[in-house]
Amino acid sequence: MKEWGYSILKGRQIDFENNDFSISRFVELHEPSFSWCIGCGSCTATCSAAKFTDFNPRKVNLLIQRGEIKGIEDEIAKCMLCGKCQLVCPRGINTRNVVQNIKRAISKSYAL
Amino acid sequence: MVLEGKKRVWEDYQKEIANDHYFYVRSCIRQTFFPGSETTFLRIMKNDLGKDVFEDARHTTCTGIGYHTDIVPLETTMTVIARHFALMTEAGYVNIIPSCVTSFGLYTEVLETWKHFPEIEEKIREYLWKATKREFKIPENLVHTSDIIYKFRSQIKEKSKVSLINKRTGEPLKVVEHIGCHYSKMFPTSGVGGAEFPSVLTGMIESWGGSVIDYPERRHCCGFGFRQYLVMANRGYSVSNSKKKFESMRPFQPDFIVANCPGCSMFLDRWQYTIAELEGVTYDNRGMGIPVLTYEEMAGLVMGYSPWELGLQMHQVSVEQLLDKLGIKYDKEQKYRGAKGQKIGEPQKPQFLIV
Ligand code: SF4
Ligand code: SF4
Repeated sequence: MKEWGYSILKGRQIDFENNDFSISRFVELHEPSFSWCIGCGSCTATCSAAKFTDFNPRKVNLLIQRGEIKGIEDEIAKCMLCGKCQLVCPRGINTRNVVQNIKRAISKSYAL
Repeated sequence: MVLEGKKRVWEDYQKEIANDHYFYVRSCIRQTFFPGSETTFLRIMKNDLGKDVFEDARHTTCTGIGYHTDIVPLETTMTVIARHFALMTEAGYVNIIPSCVTSFGLYTEVLETWKHFPEIEEKIREYLWKATKREFKIPENLVHTSDIIYKFRSQIKEKSKVSLINKRTGEPLKVVEHIGCHYSKMFPTSGVGGAEFPSVLTGMIESWGGSVIDYPERRHCCGFGFRQYLVMANRGYSVSNSKKKFESMRPFQPDFIVANCPGCSMFLDRWQYTIAELEGVTYDNRGMGIPVLTYEEMAGLVMGYSPWELGLQMHQVSVEQLLDKLGIKYDKEQKYRGAKGQKIGEPQKPQFLIV
């Protein structure tokens, strides 16, 4: 192939028509407070896992709400379920239950 | 009542377009990209519509590309443009019509700046005098050449030999119209229909029998964007913009694209080759791409001019598929022949895009 010196960039537009909202819908159903998130990032700031890895609970929430769920399983596996995020969340979101439900949605083990 | 209101509001979206006696200024890049377009404009204006169009060989670039890439300072640009106004004034004209959308945008920007900051105009008058001993009058009417074709679309229709109709099916051709950003996005009132409802190309297409496709990314930039293109490493930004548009228009299966800006026509045409070679994708069903015309070429075809005299052999995406739909006869042998019948050479064949 000829050397072009540049490549075609992938669009960064959120494709709401084709993205996968199955996890988002499932979590909202089982933990309605999930939809209250304002993306402040307090959870990430206090998260122990985020301190030692590139884990970012705020980003995970956002990506799930956008339906951009590629690689989300590996991301959410980094959570230790310590619940510190829940203590600081200004919206009072049950963040630990959110994480639990994300995991349930991913594993499709919908029955607790 | 309601209609009256709408009519009144719509009047704000119209602009004054002079009827005759034009000082024509060419684009620096169009003559290499689409070499038949400007001669076609002059041919239609002078021979078919009997208008007085004057051009001065001493006219230069407006510095638009240099200005938008931060290479040429604004004062220099303004002085160069002031010199164009001086050439117009010396020739006894008051209506200036640039062929390039970038020049049109820049002339508009300069005139607007002078309107709000008369002291800058004074300074530029002084620079011009010092540099060239020239003086100028502000043009009474500044419009883009596509506005002129738009204004005379009905007269062109009366003289036309071809309609934008698929000869085989009898259906109107489906056309994507693309307005250059600098035509009406910077100064909305300077374009016919403003920035929200630009009707300059739509008006031509519909008068000549075609139908316009309204697709989601219709008003998205073609991707030229000067800085995005001029540095090779940045060209990904440029081609990605065009790709976004092509993907958005593909489901509507356009018969062709028409643009009123030199850069837009160029990139919407040439990037189809690049995307095809890089990703193996074309945006039609046959692997040939979507033909792209300038508005003068579209007008020329409607007037029954020979496609090779219009310079359509210089396009990357083959136009023959469109000529067949329009029922226009053409001689394949003449495609790569010059005006005197001499061979002008043939381009290399792309690997993926079918030509
Ligand atoms: S529960 Fe998970 S996301 Fe929340 S602070 Fe603990 S490790 Fe971080
Ligand atoms: S702290 Fe609460 S509101 Fe803020 S980003 Fe985290 S979950 Fe959302």
